[in-house]
Amino acid sequence: MVAAMSNSASNSAALAASSWVTNFLERLPAPAGELEAVQWRGREALSRQPLPTRRQEDWRFTDLAPLTALTPALAAAGEQGSWPAPAAGAVRLWLDAPGDPLAGQSLPAGLSLLDADEVQQALGHTLAACNCEQHWPVELNQASAPRVLALRVSAVVAPTLELVSQAAGDDVMRPVRVLLLLEEKASLELLQVQLGSGSSLTSLVIEAHLGRESTLRHGLLALGEGPACFFGHLAVEQEPRSLLESVWASHGWALSRFEPRVVQADGEATTSLKALQLADGQQLADTHSRVEFRGPEGQLDQLHKAIADDRGRSVFNGAVKVPRAAQRTNASQLSRNLLLSNQARIDTKPELEIVADDVRCAHGATVSRLQTDELFYLQSRGLSAAVAAGLLKRGFCEEVLRALPAAAAPWRPLQRLLGET
Amino acid sequence: MIRPDADTLLEIVDLQARVEDKPILKGVNLTIKAGEIHAVMGRNGSGKSTLSKVLAGHPAYTVTGGSVLYRGANLLDLEPEQRARLGLFLGFQYPVEIPGVSNLEFLRVSTNARRGEKGEEELDTFAFEDLVRERLQVVQMDPAFLERSVNEGFSGGEKKRNEILQMALLDPLVAILDETDSGLDIDALRIVAGGVNHLASPDNATLLITHYQRLLDVITPDYVHVMAGGRILRTGGKELALELEDRGYDWVDQELAVLEVV
Repeated sequence: MVAAMSNSASNSAALAASSWVTNFLERLPAPAGELEAVQWRGREALSRQPLPTRRQEDWRFTDLAPLTALTPALAAAGEQGSWPAPAAGAVRLWLDAPGDPLAGQSLPAGLSLLDADEVQQALGHTLAACNCEQHWPVELNQASAPRVLALRVSAVVAPTLELVSQAAGDDVMRPVRVLLLLEEKASLELLQVQLGSGSSLTSLVIEAHLGRESTLRHGLLALGEGPACFFGHLAVEQEPRSLLESVWASHGWALSRFEPRVVQADGEATTSLKALQLADGQQLADTHSRVEFRGPEGQLDQLHKAIADDRGRSVFNGAVKVPRAAQRTNASQLSRNLLLSNQARIDTKPELEIVADDVRCAHGATVSRLQTDELFYLQSRGLSAAVAAGLLKRGFCEEVLRALPAAAAPWRPLQRLLGET
Repeated sequence: MIRPDADTLLEIVDLQARVEDKPILKGVNLTIKAGEIHAVMGRNGSGKSTLSKVLAGHPAYTVTGGSVLYRGANLLDLEPEQRARLGLFLGFQYPVEIPGVSNLEFLRVSTNARRGEKGEEELDTFAFEDLVRERLQVVQMDPAFLERSVNEGFSGGEKKRNEILQMALLDPLVAILDETDSGLDIDALRIVAGGVNHLASPDNATLLITHYQRLLDVITPDYVHVMAGGRILRTGGKELALELEDRGYDWVDQELAVLEVV
């Protein structure tokens, strides 16, 4: 009897999931434009595999109720918010601009747009290399994204490229897709700012191929509020001696899920991943990362930090794969978490799969409250308990935030993340 | 400087305290007047660090008896931050490292908390930088330390100098320095002691908690107290410290044994 009941409950959940997807697909315009084929593909995939469920290991802790509460539809051009002026030395592109985001903008030296043939050839290549082209959040983006910002980086690009997108208002869906091809010895600093409010849905997919000795510094500042949800997917394929530095900070989304996937194609590359996610109220902040070394002498330095307060929930799953070919890999992963309320929850899980025998792989996870001794030290200098706690929280965040591109400063990441504005 | 007519700043009467279930202080009596420098000496475990933490209000310690008056008011009723704002300062034996919190910002916020209590106006970033640069000279500290995180990666000597810098900024009435001399080489000790001497005035008082005589070679105390078993067993002038240096702490243990039998 019990089994029958739970069966019928899960059947009705499956039904609800498939009807959410059906309704979502029905609201999309007919496939068209440069990504028409991709849209067809994504829609077919979504209709075959509606929503991930918590019975899938990868989604065990991720309740999609905040997503299914939304009725997102593609929005026309957005409206620019009251944003700070770009930092000196940064070139800002507003991705939701009416028409072409590049209209009236000249790209900095070293950057050029890929033509249609090149896009056709390259799009999805890195996703496939990272084994995530059929991943649900990717298909969600493929089904809906009307265009892709596809750039070739052929030299050291001096200015920071800043991409801003905002999903503002109810029932708005804002899919953003970016493709970057970094040629040998090229270098780019990219800052992405994703803002979401109202019952909106943001879907972001970034693919980047890093040629030999190239450098990509990528910062992502994702700031939501209210019922807004965020799905982000970063797929990077690194050639030897390339450097990837990715910094991600988020707060305020009813549900956020970020999935960095990095493959070091022949090892010998350097990957640095830093993240800070805050969850309070009823928010759920989820990061699932995966780094795979397919050759020897790769390096990974990963720091994931989270603060969970109120009834907020933070999820981190960090997979690191070191197959036999990846001898002399040097990887470290640290997950540091602050649990600030009795009802908040932290789930953190390193997932190291090491087959090679000559490697250094360190990992650690800590979950703690604010340290009594640190609080007392500050109080003994005249700071109230609340001010002291605030200062400690800021300190905890700073370690990640100071790694964001300098161009993030006008957005005042710390104040916004801590809700001080 | 002992003056009979000086104001009493701190009056500790029969103070008893425990940590978890363990009684540590078993009846401490001590009166400190303006202008005085007191030294409390004793072996590890005698209760001297506990005394300093109880006075500053550390939450791990529970006061189980006795009283502490600070300028006539009940100190034990106050939160740690109120004690600090009113001019009680604790220099930590092990200053805490706080990654990500700028030393400069921390010093400014704490200085302004104390200034507000004194009825002085808060200092903005620029005015504070002027003040802090001047006070840095008291401890001969490199301004580069201001830009770093609080105590993070500081050497032992740098941490202690940072404590004295905080003392110089907060302008306390009663400064309790808990083993400020521990872990210092002789040069750092001179600098730290120089700072303490520089800040001592007829209006404030200093309570040095120390293990060794050597600190008292550079800071001359008016009173030396010997602590053992959670009590002050004996009080004298600076010659008592010399006696301890000569005779060690064994005779203190014997006196304590007699006391505990009684």
